[in-house]
Amino acid sequence: MLHIKCPHCGMRSQNEFSYGGDATIKRPELNKEISDQDWNNFVYNRKSLRGKHLELWQHLSGCRQWIKVERDTATHEIFKTLKANQDI
Amino acid sequence: MSQDFRLDTVGLINRDKKLSFKFNGKNYFGYEGDTLASALLANGVHLIGRSFKYHRPRGFFGAGVDEPYAIVQLYRNNETEPNVKTTEQELFEGLEATSVNCWPSVNFDIGAINNLLKVFLPAGFYYKTFMWPKSFWYKVYEPFIRKAAGLGVASIKHDKERYEHKYEYCDLLIAGSGPSGLASAYAAAKNGARVILAEDKPRFGGTLLTSEVNIGNQTGKEWAENIIAELKEMPNVTVKNRSQVFGYYDHNMVVMSEKISDHLPKTKKHHPKQRLWYIRAKEVLISSGSIERPLVFGNNDTPGVMLSSAAKEYLKVYGVLVGKKPLIFTNNDSGYETAIEFKKNGVEPIILDTRKEPNSEIIDEAKNLGIQIKFSYVVVAAKGYKKVNAAEIAKISDNKNDLGVLENIICDCICVSGFWTPTIHLASQSGNKTKFDKEIDAFVPGISKQNETTLGAANGKFTLAETLKDSFDAGYELSKKITKNDNKVSYPIVVEKNKTTHDKFWCVPLPKGKNYKRFLDFQNDVAVSDIEIALKEGYRSIEHVKRYTTLGMATDQGKTSNLNGLQLVSDMENKIVPEVGHTTFRPPYTPVTIGAIVGREVGKHSRPTRKSPINSWHEKNNAVFVDAGVWLRPRYYKQGNETLFEGSKREAKNVRVNVGVCDVTTLGKIDIKGPDAAELLNRVYTNAWLKLPVGKARYGVMLREDGIVMDDGTTTRISENHYHMTTTTAQAANVLSHLEYYLQLVWPELNVNVVSTTEQWAGAAIAGPKSRDLLQNLFPNIDASNEGLPFMGYLEGELFGVHARIFRISFSGELAYEVNVESDNGNFMWKKIMEIGKEFKIQPYGTEALSTLRIEMGHVAGSELDGRTIPYDNGLEGMISKNKDFIGKRSLNKKAFVAEDRQKVVGVVPLDKKTSIPEGSHLVRDVNAQLPNPKLGYISASCWSVEHDNPFSLAILKDGKNMIGQKLFVMSPLKNITIPVEIVSSHYVDPKGERVRS
Ligand SMILES: [Zn+2]
Repeated sequence: MLHIKCPHCGMRSQNEFSYGGDATIKRPELNKEISDQDWNNFVYNRKSLRGKHLELWQHLSGCRQWIKVERDTATHEIFKTLKANQDI
Repeated sequence: MSQDFRLDTVGLINRDKKLSFKFNGKNYFGYEGDTLASALLANGVHLIGRSFKYHRPRGFFGAGVDEPYAIVQLYRNNETEPNVKTTEQELFEGLEATSVNCWPSVNFDIGAINNLLKVFLPAGFYYKTFMWPKSFWYKVYEPFIRKAAGLGVASIKHDKERYEHKYEYCDLLIAGSGPSGLASAYAAAKNGARVILAEDKPRFGGTLLTSEVNIGNQTGKEWAENIIAELKEMPNVTVKNRSQVFGYYDHNMVVMSEKISDHLPKTKKHHPKQRLWYIRAKEVLISSGSIERPLVFGNNDTPGVMLSSAAKEYLKVYGVLVGKKPLIFTNNDSGYETAIEFKKNGVEPIILDTRKEPNSEIIDEAKNLGIQIKFSYVVVAAKGYKKVNAAEIAKISDNKNDLGVLENIICDCICVSGFWTPTIHLASQSGNKTKFDKEIDAFVPGISKQNETTLGAANGKFTLAETLKDSFDAGYELSKKITKNDNKVSYPIVVEKNKTTHDKFWCVPLPKGKNYKRFLDFQNDVAVSDIEIALKEGYRSIEHVKRYTTLGMATDQGKTSNLNGLQLVSDMENKIVPEVGHTTFRPPYTPVTIGAIVGREVGKHSRPTRKSPINSWHEKNNAVFVDAGVWLRPRYYKQGNETLFEGSKREAKNVRVNVGVCDVTTLGKIDIKGPDAAELLNRVYTNAWLKLPVGKARYGVMLREDGIVMDDGTTTRISENHYHMTTTTAQAANVLSHLEYYLQLVWPELNVNVVSTTEQWAGAAIAGPKSRDLLQNLFPNIDASNEGLPFMGYLEGELFGVHARIFRISFSGELAYEVNVESDNGNFMWKKIMEIGKEFKIQPYGTEALSTLRIEMGHVAGSELDGRTIPYDNGLEGMISKNKDFIGKRSLNKKAFVAEDRQKVVGVVPLDKKTSIPEGSHLVRDVNAQLPNPKLGYISASCWSVEHDNPFSLAILKDGKNMIGQKLFVMSPLKNITIPVEIVSSHYVDPKGERVRS
């Protein structure tokens, strides 16, 4: 079980969190033209990275904040955790 | 009754306390402190079971966790547990055990015929033999395998024992209480660290209990006892015996199974049977020791062949002689220690040493004691079927290829020592890159991935002095890093006998003309010849060889077999062992009971049960409950002997004719506040929200970004910047998370707060033509007329002094209202509604009637909004705004979503107006079509229409919009029925929706 440092609450066990996928994906702006390809990339296409991955987790059973976690997908090492409004 | 094999004084058992027990129906006795294995051996019982594949007789091979095959079916306190290791099960008064995997009895086993047929059961026999003919599988092969491969039998009774889970944090978790565990725990504890020391056996001390060493002028055993006594007194130390650390997971989480009651005849009142510990440790010290390696020779699985370390442990800990004419077969000095113990207790052992002329203090001691030693000698084969009665031995050439003349030697046990294998399972599980140590022919931990340190024999260090020094240092250094303290304890002086190098030889060649089975894996009956076949057939990867031959699989996890198997593969492939590599070690290191894993999460405790504040009323009024997500909801209120069908029909009918009331507390509720609240709703829902006036509710549909419907519900504008959103019961948590996601990550500029208020409000839906009259009587001070409170209107009122929110919304399709009060007043509200409603013939209705009402109205719900449908499919295309963007809108123009023949919700009525249609059935055009019959759609929800008094279903049907009026068939292969049906509009009742507005 991973040990994740919530930037708001501190070190907590993984079972307090839920996973939210790639944190580097930006939602396209509303009311803006976008190609099918770009939209599909946003909705569906994800790299299945081996190695460092910036991802989203929500501290569901804690402060309910969405946070960013930089984690190695192979070793599970966590390098850094950030608040939603912070960038790496 | 005397115990022929028990010594009078030696051992750590309590001779004052006799315990009687039964094995295979026969009575025996042992002493407090015995294991079942030591007690049986004391009584001269060596035959314990039959092997997995060939049903060969099985005895004892180890004395603890290393035991590969001495397992039994255990009976304790009217319960039974399969596959219990006799070497780990402590004896208790009244214990009963029987052999497993033999039929009809351990002495006469029919399956042993497999032993004679072994030529037909070679490596991979599961894959090869039972492949064809296919028709044989069910009738012949499967029953045969089931009978032959059966281990113990699981109890089918409900387990009444209690199992607990415990979460713990510490600075240092130390696995194993041998010399390295004790030394590191002591050094760390004295330096102020929070320490947990875990020992899987009942007694602390590990090898110190059996080895002849001296630490700080005390025997090893005394030193261990003193250290443990001191540790137990320290407030920063937790010392646990009968506790096996079996798994090492991410981020230094280790899991330990503590056996609290297994050694007692009965679990004490208020005690759990076992406790599972989840321990997050800053540092983990692995001091799990090593396991002696077998030597491989003919019939080396015969009862009476066992590890020399086990023989020594039975003698020194339990005062039990495993034989009176022991033959010690060794390639290193460890066998001598066992021989010396035998000799000291009046038994004459014979040592066969594969080495030519080894020299060390311990060999000298054996010589001085007059023990007979044969150098350059090997055991070629064990003799005897159910018990060793002799051995075929021979001199071996210096190059170890040639055997001399075969000699017969009388013996009653063969104690083997093929040197030591460090127990690296935990280190390997932690991600440690293990490396091969040529000096000891075994893998040892290499570079750690986590905060893990392996010490002592587990780290390939086999001298006590070195082990203790390393361990004191590690305990001190690691604790210093954490506590910043600097209290160092001094090393004790260690006296031990020096040992010389071991022989790399481990597998005795077959003599000419003999084809003895030489076993590598005793649990799975894998012999040298099986590995040879696997390699001959082209298997190369050790992982494949393992699976093909079953080497090192099952509960044993290759504790004794792993390295010999690797060695054999590398010898045959002309490779060195590290090139072959070892198979992955996976948790658990030893078997863990399902009970311990499940813990308290059994039955009603497996998840929380949420009850509405009105629940007690439902209970008193004969509600039959149903699980709705985590909620308990009334399904119907039973009157007399009513069935679900009859009761729900009555309740639904009463809503259509009079008025009904339904507990809708479980609906998800989200409070939304802030100047940008309308903007948020406008982006989340598919329809327009910016112009919703205060005091009005609106129905909304929200999508996922991929265009699939996520949820629906009504949201009401309570005041200028305050909205009340409702979600379906099932999606409440997901919708909240969804809103938080967009507010925190995507549109943080929106000034909005959301919070769940599901549990803060109790809700009652009042539905039916008489609901307005009822509402007016409940709230005399409001204007309940169609003008005063129109459809989708909202008011606040006083319900006999209690503040209430009144929404004119409808799920049933009737004129309806929802009244919300603070949860504490929920019961009060309900009782008032029932009381005042009496004159309008009110009846409560449950979820079944609720479903009926919405289905015949054609209101889509969870069974249509199932995570696979878009708004169009649900007839919700009118809900999509063309003038604004929203979540998921861009996905709706996908080709498949706008196809001409896109699926759409329709109504389905059986032609005979009688046959109920099972949910999940398929819709087809032609019953006689060639299989697979093309499926046009599926039945999503079914009910008995109370309005039309015939069955009615909703279906998601391909090209649904053009199918109205067509005749199709419903097929349910599960129920094996076919029903001719007509497709109709999904709005089976009040298609224009006039009632809700009336
Ligand atoms: Zn948090």
